[in-house]
Amino acid sequence: MKLFNRTNITWLILIILTFVLLEIGVTTGFTSPVMQQTLVTIMINIMLAVGLNLIVGFSGQLALGHAGFMAIGAYATGIMTRQSPNFISFILSVLAGAVIAGIVAFIVGYPTLRLKGDYLAIATLGVAEIIRVAILNMEGLTNGAAGLSGIPIYLMNWRTATVFTVIVVIFVLNYIRSSRGRATIAVREDEIATESLGINTTKMKVAAFVIGAMAAAVAGSVHATNLGVINPSQFGFDRSIDVLITVVFGGIGSITGSIVAGFILGILNLYLQQFGALRMIIYAIALIGIMIFKPSGLLGGREFSLSTLLGREEDRPGFIKSLKKKD
Amino acid sequence: MLEIKDVSVRYGVIEAIKRVSFEVNEGEIVTLIGANGAGKTTILKTISGLLRSSNGSITFKGRNITKADARTIVKAGISHVPEGRHVFGGMSVKENLDMGAFLRKDSKAIEEDLDRIFRSFPVLKERLNQDAATLSGGEQQMLAMGRSLLSSPDLILLDEPSMGLAPLFIQEIFNIIEEVNKRGTTVLLVEQNANVALEIADRGYVFETGKIVAAGTGKELLASDEVQKAYLGG
Repeated sequence: MKLFNRTNITWLILIILTFVLLEIGVTTGFTSPVMQQTLVTIMINIMLAVGLNLIVGFSGQLALGHAGFMAIGAYATGIMTRQSPNFISFILSVLAGAVIAGIVAFIVGYPTLRLKGDYLAIATLGVAEIIRVAILNMEGLTNGAAGLSGIPIYLMNWRTATVFTVIVVIFVLNYIRSSRGRATIAVREDEIATESLGINTTKMKVAAFVIGAMAAAVAGSVHATNLGVINPSQFGFDRSIDVLITVVFGGIGSITGSIVAGFILGILNLYLQQFGALRMIIYAIALIGIMIFKPSGLLGGREFSLSTLLGREEDRPGFIKSLKKKD
Repeated sequence: MLEIKDVSVRYGVIEAIKRVSFEVNEGEIVTLIGANGAGKTTILKTISGLLRSSNGSITFKGRNITKADARTIVKAGISHVPEGRHVFGGMSVKENLDMGAFLRKDSKAIEEDLDRIFRSFPVLKERLNQDAATLSGGEQQMLAMGRSLLSSPDLILLDEPSMGLAPLFIQEIFNIIEEVNKRGTTVLLVEQNANVALEIADRGYVFETGKIVAAGTGKELLASDEVQKAYLGG
């Protein structure tokens, strides 16, 4: 498969076009600062949801501790950018956060994912709490319950957040569409058959879990520089559930769904601000409505695919080459 | 080619296979027949590394694979088609086939094998981009077999390929098994449908509650009164 085939070029043009449109919106004052702020929040939610969807939707394992991995990224960035507030140190902190989150995910995932069943859900529930309590108690590094303030917010704007999101989404999508990604889906569909084909099912599940955790850490880094203030209470159980809601709302097993849900829930949250306490009630009603009328989420398991739209199936990856030429 | 020696398998305290020994020679079709719960599926799973034996040894092409994991065994050249059409729903026929070649890097040889598989199962080529879950039972069985063959095995383990299929499809599946065997793949076949299985098999073993109670060529077993009475409803 060529990197610059028609599908990928069309995607690139679409992404750049969206950027230019937003840029014009900002300079003409159409896109207000509040909207820009909402956009960053939406991008954070999309990164979290896409990462969790890889775990829940594609490898078929329930994970309930996404906020813990987000906290790792947020604190890595918070600590490092307060020391040296520049963009290079920010990028390094994003990488550091992702690597640490990946290692923690590996340590938790490897023993639990060898078992068949929902052990991961319980283990991740515990790990997120351990991470939170550890942060609370490492006062020298994390300033305990008071959290870190004065994180340089000028390092983050909607452009940077969007670039990070695009990178995370492209990475996850490419993974899903690689042969390893398909093996991950195969594990979800039928573990015995996958194993009988000689595919290491544990490895596939652990890989998906680690990548999902790393995406959450990147979201955490963006979150830290977006708010400028982080503390352990931001990364509680309810945050993990928020992410799970976004995934379910958009459709389990649909990356497009996670992105759409990220936008819809983000905008819904923004416009519901004016209702004050009623906000959570309306939000909940919207969620219940979706679950009644579209139980599989907004998009079910479907994906928006430009290569299908353009009738260019051959642009999709896959290692049986001959099929593309002959059919 | 494959030698099973004194193998026992336990599920907890229950011994499902009791010191079983048999062998499969290169180029043969060997069938294991017997009633439900006789341990036929268990022995296949043990050969392919999905289960562990508690005793005895399994040798494949002179190599001891008793303690090897499923991945190593597939690489060594044994492919297992599990009982009951395990295709990956939500994935197209093409993507299912892709998975069969997961451990292979030789894309040229994969294409040749694929051509051969399409000649045996033309219906798979017709439905290449269809969701595997929407195939009929017989087509799913063909896909599961085709997928396994794409790992280019020297020995294929087939677990009840005729299960739940219409009589017409059963005949077709067995024709394909013979064809695959003629092309050089050794076949170890587990079947309830003992009549049809023994007809195409070079040799057969009769299982009863975890033990082998009779062995012989396909024709001998078909002609044996005891086997007739117990398993063939004669």
